[in-house]
Amino acid sequence: MKNKNIHSDADHPLAVDLGNEGGGMNRRTFLKASALMGGGLMLRFSWLSALKPMDKMAELNVAEQGSQLNGYIQITPDNMIKIFCPNPEFGQNVMTSLPMIVAEELDVDWKNVVVEMGPHDNVKLGPQFTGGSNSVRMYWAPLRNAGASARQMLVEAAAQTWGIPAGEITTKEGVLSHPGGKTATYGEMASAAAAIAVPKDVKLKSAKDFTIVRKSKKNAEGSKIVTGKPLFGLDYYQEGMKFAMIEHPPAFGLKLKSFDATQTLKMPGIVDVFSLKLYPEDYLQAGFDTRTFNDLLVVVGNSTWEVMSARKKLKTEWEPISETKETVVGWRGDKREVVVPAGLESTSEHLKKMAERAKGEVKELRKDGDPETAFKNAAQVIERTYHAPFLAHNCMEPMNFFAHVTDEKALLVGPLQGPGWIEPSLSKILNLPPEKIEIQMTRMGGGFGRRAYGHFITEAALISKKIKSPVKLIYTREDDMTYGIYRPMYTATYRAALDADKNLIAFHVRGGGIPEHPIHANRFPAGAVDNYLAEGWEVPSNITIGAFRAPRSNFNAAAEQSFLDEVAEAMGKDPIDFRLELLQRAKTNPVGKNNEYDADRYAGVLELLKEKSGWGKPEHRDKKRGVAAYFCHNSYAGHVVDMVIRDGEPYVEHVTSAMDCGIVVNPDAATNMVQGAVVDGIGNALYGALTHQDGAAEQSNFHNYRIIRHHEAPKSIDVHFVQNDIDPTGLGEPPFPPVFAAVANALYKATGNRKYMQPFTAEPPNSQG
Amino acid sequence: MAKYTLKVNGKTFKVDVDSATPLLWVLRDHLHLPGTKYGCGMALCGACTVHLNGAATRSCVTPVSSVGKSEITTIEGLSEQGDHPVQKAWLEHDVAQCGYCQSGQIMSAAALLKTTPNPTDEEIETFMSGNICRCGTYLRIKEAIKTASGQ
Repeated sequence: MKNKNIHSDADHPLAVDLGNEGGGMNRRTFLKASALMGGGLMLRFSWLSALKPMDKMAELNVAEQGSQLNGYIQITPDNMIKIFCPNPEFGQNVMTSLPMIVAEELDVDWKNVVVEMGPHDNVKLGPQFTGGSNSVRMYWAPLRNAGASARQMLVEAAAQTWGIPAGEITTKEGVLSHPGGKTATYGEMASAAAAIAVPKDVKLKSAKDFTIVRKSKKNAEGSKIVTGKPLFGLDYYQEGMKFAMIEHPPAFGLKLKSFDATQTLKMPGIVDVFSLKLYPEDYLQAGFDTRTFNDLLVVVGNSTWEVMSARKKLKTEWEPISETKETVVGWRGDKREVVVPAGLESTSEHLKKMAERAKGEVKELRKDGDPETAFKNAAQVIERTYHAPFLAHNCMEPMNFFAHVTDEKALLVGPLQGPGWIEPSLSKILNLPPEKIEIQMTRMGGGFGRRAYGHFITEAALISKKIKSPVKLIYTREDDMTYGIYRPMYTATYRAALDADKNLIAFHVRGGGIPEHPIHANRFPAGAVDNYLAEGWEVPSNITIGAFRAPRSNFNAAAEQSFLDEVAEAMGKDPIDFRLELLQRAKTNPVGKNNEYDADRYAGVLELLKEKSGWGKPEHRDKKRGVAAYFCHNSYAGHVVDMVIRDGEPYVEHVTSAMDCGIVVNPDAATNMVQGAVVDGIGNALYGALTHQDGAAEQSNFHNYRIIRHHEAPKSIDVHFVQNDIDPTGLGEPPFPPVFAAVANALYKATGNRKYMQPFTAEPPNSQG
Repeated sequence: MAKYTLKVNGKTFKVDVDSATPLLWVLRDHLHLPGTKYGCGMALCGACTVHLNGAATRSCVTPVSSVGKSEITTIEGLSEQGDHPVQKAWLEHDVAQCGYCQSGQIMSAAALLKTTPNPTDEEIETFMSGNICRCGTYLRIKEAIKTASGQ
């Protein structure tokens, strides 16, 4: 793959290779030093070198790229330190937190650090995926190693220059010092350090000595954001580029039959109108291409508004699709068959179909003990069914991409979460080798999982190829909301068996969804109950779905943590104490195998929550409080929400949050992230829904899709982190799922009614029950 | 098509566009000032907020023909050095996550403070409720507005 401004290539114009390679392929971190042309040090390293073989991301074919030198640190004689960040940014602050990790071990003054984001390079950088709350967790070890290695080389260079043992030299904020009085900045020693062999082993700092990590640093792009600099995909402009929009079918289950563009073509500024097929007939879809509307009608013009206006003059005829079977190829080459049924689907029908389907054949996902007998012998069985609708991601920046495709090469610029996953698809569809496809990443105006699906890039590329011109494809808000790729619609029935002494003797969950079930079978309370059964079922649909902030967990946590609240009440127990008892059991005498969570850390979050919220204290006794905690993406999160009824509507006034995500790299940014997840969770729990009537989305813009607003956000959200020295884990997703249940549990306290159907403020549809 | 003379951020621009073209798209596509964002096109999200003679205006539903001689201020022109008290407060509170809505939030906040120099929490919530932040940075926005107002 071609790179215009990547800095890790051997042919980088600034780098002179001195050939002093350090270590070998077996080293944990593969490093290589060079001198910079104008003086200074460049240390290249691998971002992916420390992936554990069992790591989920390692499965994504990146492990073998671990030996590639894809990151770099540059130190120039003026003592500026440049660190390269390979991951796309969509608000999770990786452009700040990842370089902080390097800077910590390098021991530099953060003020002198410049952060750069590079273009996509599938060959050397791997998928560069942002999502799954993975960035900090994956890169923690390689980044520390790289920073520490560069520091050690600078120390060695100073030792040789000064004729002093390296052990006597200390570093602080980018300055090397010797007790004898000699000092030098890193910049002054950088050229000499470039000639030092890369160290075989480096000593990493002890967590207690951190001076940058765990100290809040401001967003590296903050100034650009508040002054309106063109950071986002929609802001990208190239002289002479055209603007394109896509008319997709008005409903799922329809496809284009014919169109008449006569009136549209007469409108000012319109260049072309044509239909195109997104994927060719025999095309095997990759997992992140996603099944979208395949027959698209494209309007191309000279400006956004001209295209928007002319589109309204299109005359179109649509016809029903017939059932198809599709093969989708996963990222490891695994193939799965997907049935795309015909028909115009409606939410009321979905609910009926799910209720029916839940009684049918199900897949056993996990079984411990003898749940059937336990339920038969139970003194009391509690059974509750929970529902959640499709949700639209509603990124504030609608989907868009720039493409300039010729017969020889392709340039694609825009916001996406996983550039590496779309490139092989583009290569096949455009019939271009990967090295002729350049993908440049912009900042993303929100992602939430939506931008992992790259169909809009393929669409932009095909439009550019057809019109032989650079083009910007823009989705209107309506396009964005009605195009699909929603959080799936889910339901689950939970059952708990209590014996005569009100002990929990069995737990059963049967969950299903359109088109996938939500169940994480090895999560709490699996491992804490002797008799446990988890089952799943699925209903195919022609409505497209995709990952949405904490996929599946966002429903599981809502349902399960709401159910546990009710079970605790039936047992006459405090909801936190009840969970702690279960976790104690899971810790001391775990049931079954493969329990995903660490019972101690889970309990730790609940203990912290209890303390910080003053749970059970007399002064809070009159508050309408709900609690929930959940484990996902390797982290633990819990919330206590305080609710009031204001003008007849539930309002979450205050939230106490507790998190265990290991070492918190950038505490203030982490707090911001948790606060945002809480606001997002409250909004989706109370208001979020994307429903269908005869295949058409019933919501199209923010007048009928309710998003939480300023006056609906809590007055305060206090965020607390469990303090430990465990390597950092995910933060973008874990705080989100338990919010839903904490809200549901508080609603019960505030209104006396349990809510089983999201969104909680909506009237249940007639078909329910 | 019609010719319009617009005063944007203290400079004069001439454009030749359809009279119904929203100011948002004139700013973005014709004047290449992309700081003003598109979010909904229906004045529902506030991402496109600019000032017309100092008042917060949703540029996505403001036809260019209606602007007349009004002075238009966009995020690019709110201050010369990016040092408007609201911008400074935004940085101090490290408000942004994805950052996309923040131009509009800042323009709304600056307009609020012009008419209401010391807003109460309720006044902030009411005035700002037209600006959606999908990342949920509302609490920090409120704190930043208070800081900018000197509270």
